Amino acid sequence: MAGDVFVRLSNVSKRFDRETTVVNDLSLEIEQGRFVTLLGPSGCGKTTTLRLIAGFETPTEGAIVIDGEDVTRKPPHERCVNTVFQSYALFPHMNVYDNIAFGLKMKNVRKDEIRSRVSEMLRMVRMEGFESRMPSQLSGGQMQRVAIARAVINNPKVLLLDEPLGALDLKLRKQMQLELKRLQRKLGITFLFVTHDQEEALSMSDTVVVMRNGSVEQTGAPEELYERPKNAFVAGFLGETNIIEGKIGAVEEAEAVLVLEQEERSFRIPNPGYAPGEACSLSVRPERIRITSSPEVGEAWLRCTVKERIYSGSLIRTIATTVAGKDILVDESLEQRSRSADGDEVFAAWKPEHAVPIRA
Amino acid sequence: MRERTYGARLPGMLVTVLPAALWMLAFFVVPLLLIVAVSFCTRGEVGDIVYTFTPHNYAKLLHPLYGSIFVKSLIISFFTTLLCLLFGYPFAFIVATAGKRLRPLLLTLVMLPFWTNSLVRTYAMIILLRTEGILNTLLRWAGLIDEPLRLMYNNTAVMIGMVYMMFPFMVLPLYASIEKLDMRLLEAADDLGATPLRKFLHVALPLTKAGILSGCLLVFVPSLALFFVTDLMGGSKVVLMSNLIKNQFLTARDWPFGSAVSVVLILVMIAAIALYLRHGGKVDGKEAM
Repeated sequence: MAGDVFVRLSNVSKRFDRETTVVNDLSLEIEQGRFVTLLGPSGCGKTTTLRLIAGFETPTEGAIVIDGEDVTRKPPHERCVNTVFQSYALFPHMNVYDNIAFGLKMKNVRKDEIRSRVSEMLRMVRMEGFESRMPSQLSGGQMQRVAIARAVINNPKVLLLDEPLGALDLKLRKQMQLELKRLQRKLGITFLFVTHDQEEALSMSDTVVVMRNGSVEQTGAPEELYERPKNAFVAGFLGETNIIEGKIGAVEEAEAVLVLEQEERSFRIPNPGYAPGEACSLSVRPERIRITSSPEVGEAWLRCTVKERIYSGSLIRTIATTVAGKDILVDESLEQRSRSADGDEVFAAWKPEHAVPIRA
Repeated sequence: MRERTYGARLPGMLVTVLPAALWMLAFFVVPLLLIVAVSFCTRGEVGDIVYTFTPHNYAKLLHPLYGSIFVKSLIISFFTTLLCLLFGYPFAFIVATAGKRLRPLLLTLVMLPFWTNSLVRTYAMIILLRTEGILNTLLRWAGLIDEPLRLMYNNTAVMIGMVYMMFPFMVLPLYASIEKLDMRLLEAADDLGATPLRKFLHVALPLTKAGILSGCLLVFVPSLALFFVTDLMGGSKVVLMSNLIKNQFLTARDWPFGSAVSVVLILVMIAAIALYLRHGGKVDGKEAM
């Protein structure tokens, strides 16, 4: 089944009070067994999209199909998806055992089967021995595990996770990221994960869906989005980047000339297929640029002055100002760092294939 | 060191607590003890109190006539509480989940009669319900009934009056409790496959138990003592313990027997409160009133 579309959102819109459009004509296809992340700044509609799939909200327009079944108008309890909530939403009047067993009890599963499946879940999330604890006696990470167990025990077709790691501290967060990924591989369930943390999205997902203003900006594998962002928003949201603005000059077959008027520079880039005279920007990641006193043949470069050098452990960041007054960020590893100092006249150079043309 | 601090604070404590303590002593503890004392006395020939010890007044209460009044009082209070809960819970839920603009309006609708004199409200109910009253006139005009409904001077009338009078006491604690209920928990239950009914039984109900218990206590206990509703809406046909007490003091002038009935009623109320504290105290350590 892998590779087939499993969850399909067709032209889904959600408006509140007939005015505020939170999700705008969104179409999305999710394959089975994938770890898919909805990534975007707060207010981009990613949580609402998740709530639409869970059934807490009904779309104003469009249809939602899960595993061949149209669930658009179905209430949450009739859908074969489960949610791990941002605030965990554990039942405060039930102990860990009853919280995890809740879904099976609602399905009238036999008592001895419930018992064996709950203990299996507790083992899986490494919470054995916590059966009779109340949620108020658990730490954030423990509540997180119980919330995951409570959802996963129902064998959902899709597990929805709404910023589940948001409330944890950094160290625990990293640990839970690994555990979630491990769990997803082991269970083979489709995970739909919502986050605003780009690092989390890149390290955990098979597919990342970048959202803005209720629409999808770009969908793809993490490397693809990082290396080939479609526009400045995606480039800027996934990690840091330098956006260098210019205009297309002459166009040849495989190459084009990018003219940077203010920098008084022009250089050849792979032909992005834009017409001459059209605005075009380049996105160059800081780690792809080097500071040098003599650029190699074939490298693209800008003349700049070193403004500041910041040591941050694994790398050194240089902020260099171009002729036109633009700050360029450069990250160099400790072994390959240049010997420049503040105020030096240098070149910021990169290989043409590391610059991604994006429409301004 | 600690003792000196305590000593220094003592006059301050006396100044703040003493007036209230004296007040309670003079107007609550002493009268209560007097009632207990009088309940063991005898009625004189002209309705005065003869101070000779006798358990006679309590023995008299064992008479089937008084026993039936006692049971009937409990039943009426019980059903008043039940009806208030059945109407009050959905209403409180609607208020608690209503929009920010609608919520104060709905709460005011509950509170408005609460601020009106209760006697006036009872007379208003009579105007509404009596044979030639507004309700019967409307129903006959609409052709729904031929004969006027007998809504006054029976148990139904007493129940209607009681529920009407006690409704805010049920709604307010319920509202306070439901308003604190995290609606995401209901979503979580829904997500885990709970039908609306099971969502209510397994999540909403246990988590609003404190409000339910407070509301029931606040309705049950005072409705045992609401004599004027029974008097006005039940005519002379319905007699409850509260009416019995009133009649003994004001009409029969048998203060010792009236006091004995009062003491028994107070014991029932204490029992109800004790029951509440026992169960209400367990509710997650939260919001027990």
